[in-house]
Formats: sequence, C-alpha cells, structure tokens
Amino acid sequence: MRLITHNMLSCNIKGVTNGFPLRIEAGNVIEKEVDFNPDFIRHMFAKLEWKALVEGARSMGYAELPEDSPDAAVLESDESFLKKLHHALLELHLEEGALVCPKTGRKFPVNKGIPNMLLHEDEV
Amino acid sequence: MKLKQLEGLLGDLEQFSNPKVELEQYPTGPHIASRMLFTAENSYGDITDKVVADFGCGCGTLSVAAALLDAASVIGFDIDPQSLETATLNAEELEVEIDFVQCDITKLELKGQIVDTVVMNPPFGTRKKGADMEFLSAAMKVASQAVYSLHKTSTREHIKRAALRDFNAKSAQVL
Repeated sequence: MRLITHNMLSCNIKGVTNGFPLRIEAGNVIEKEVDFNPDFIRHMFAKLEWKALVEGARSMGYAELPEDSPDAAVLESDESFLKKLHHALLELHLEEGALVCPKTGRKFPVNKGIPNMLLHEDEV
Repeated sequence: MKLKQLEGLLGDLEQFSNPKVELEQYPTGPHIASRMLFTAENSYGDITDKVVADFGCGCGTLSVAAALLDAASVIGFDIDPQSLETATLNAEELEVEIDFVQCDITKLELKGQIVDTVVMNPPFGTRKKGADMEFLSAAMKVASQAVYSLHKTSTREHIKRAALRDFNAKSAQVL
C-alpha cells in the first residue's frame, strides 16, 4: 500500500464519524522507484490531505516532507520538493503492518501490501 | 500501446481458479477489457496520468489494463483474498505497480477527490439483488471525472436514468 492510497482510506465502523487518517504501524516498508512525472505531482498537491501524508510518511521512515503544507508557489519553483512528494506518495510501500483507527484503536492488518478493511458483523 | 498488443497482454493473465458463484466472479475477457480502457483513454483521456480505481477488481484485468495505459496510479478493490492474490501475481508478472485493498466497496467511504476515474465490471445483481446499483452508487461518489462500468444490456435505460437522477451524473452514455 502506498501513501496515495492511504490518503483516501478511513475507518468506517458504525458510529465512527471521523476515522481519518488511519495511523500507520509499519512492520515492513520497501521502496520501489517509479518514473517522476512532475505535472502529475503538481496536479495531486491540491487534492492531498497534507497532515495525513506527512504523518504517514514519517511512520514509514521518511521525514523529508515539511510539517505544514507549503504555499503552492513551491510547485513551480522547487523541483526537489516535487521529487520528495513523488517519493512519499508513490515509492514507499507498506508491505506488512497495520492501519489503526484514530477513534477506536481498531487495527486493520496489512499483509503483502494489501490492507484488509473488511468490517466484522458487529462493526457494520 | 496498440489495442492488439494490450489485448494480447491481458489474455495472458491468470484468472479465477475456483470462481465463487455468490460473488458473481468471472473474468473480464481481454477483448472487452482492452477496448473499454482503450476507448476511455483515446476518446476521453481518462486513463493516462490519472488516478484510476477498479471496483470489484477480481484478478485485476481492468487494473492491469489501466496500468499498461500509463495511469499515474491504479488501486484495485475487492472483497475476496484469493482473487487479490491472483491480481498481485498478475501485476508482478506484467511489472506494473497496483495498490490493492481488501474491502466491501459498498461499505467503504473513500475520502477526498484523489480518484479521477473508476473502471469496473461489477456483479450484475443475479446473486445479490441490486449489487450492480450499489457498485455504481459507490463509484459515482468516488470518481471525480468518470465511471466506466459494464452492465447487462437489459438494464441500459434503468442505469442511465439512475445515474442522472440519483447519482449526480452530468451525463450518461452507452459506449
């Protein structure tokens, strides 16, 4: 699971109103390079939940992103920022670990890169 | 990539070894999968450099097709762990990156506007009545640009109406 996917996942247990973002417990993280597409990264920037991304990246061992979402001007002026964003969003893979609901502490296991978000009968 | 090449690659994918009837599991054939995604990209520009989600991805045929057509990011969602294992193998075999999520898509609320396009071959509702509409509803909530979905011919008008009236579609077409 990469952080671009994590940025859209939340806990949907009945009664939980804001189960986002899921905290990442990283067991095994691997890195796989993919081609850098600056236009795509620029386009994504406005759509991301920044805090969730920064915290998620940190949990996966990558602390290079700024804490606060930078001004959009940086998208044109700073290619190294775009590359860091690219790396965090698309090149870090959580292979083993868990995603944890911020409200209930319920753990959604991640195995072989696949998070299991299935709810138990009493959670639906 | 040419259509024939895409169709050829999709034809080599592993499919369900023991399809689960109650989930309406059946492979999306390479002929229709390649044409569906090719049209989505060539006529509408909805795949290349986009974030594409595949609802009910099964063994990953549509996901792999999207990746081969250079989607920026592909995420496949399915409820069945065995299918997801096969999908993972298929992605590895064709050396494409796809994130997979195991879930019940009708109960999963995805946040934000990250997904541009949803592609899917959903259950038709022969086993669990209304499954096709549930998938369509979920897809319409998630996709910020377009939904490409396969349905029974007999349901064409019903689906168009539902999409426009209930699911906030700006337009609905049979391609």
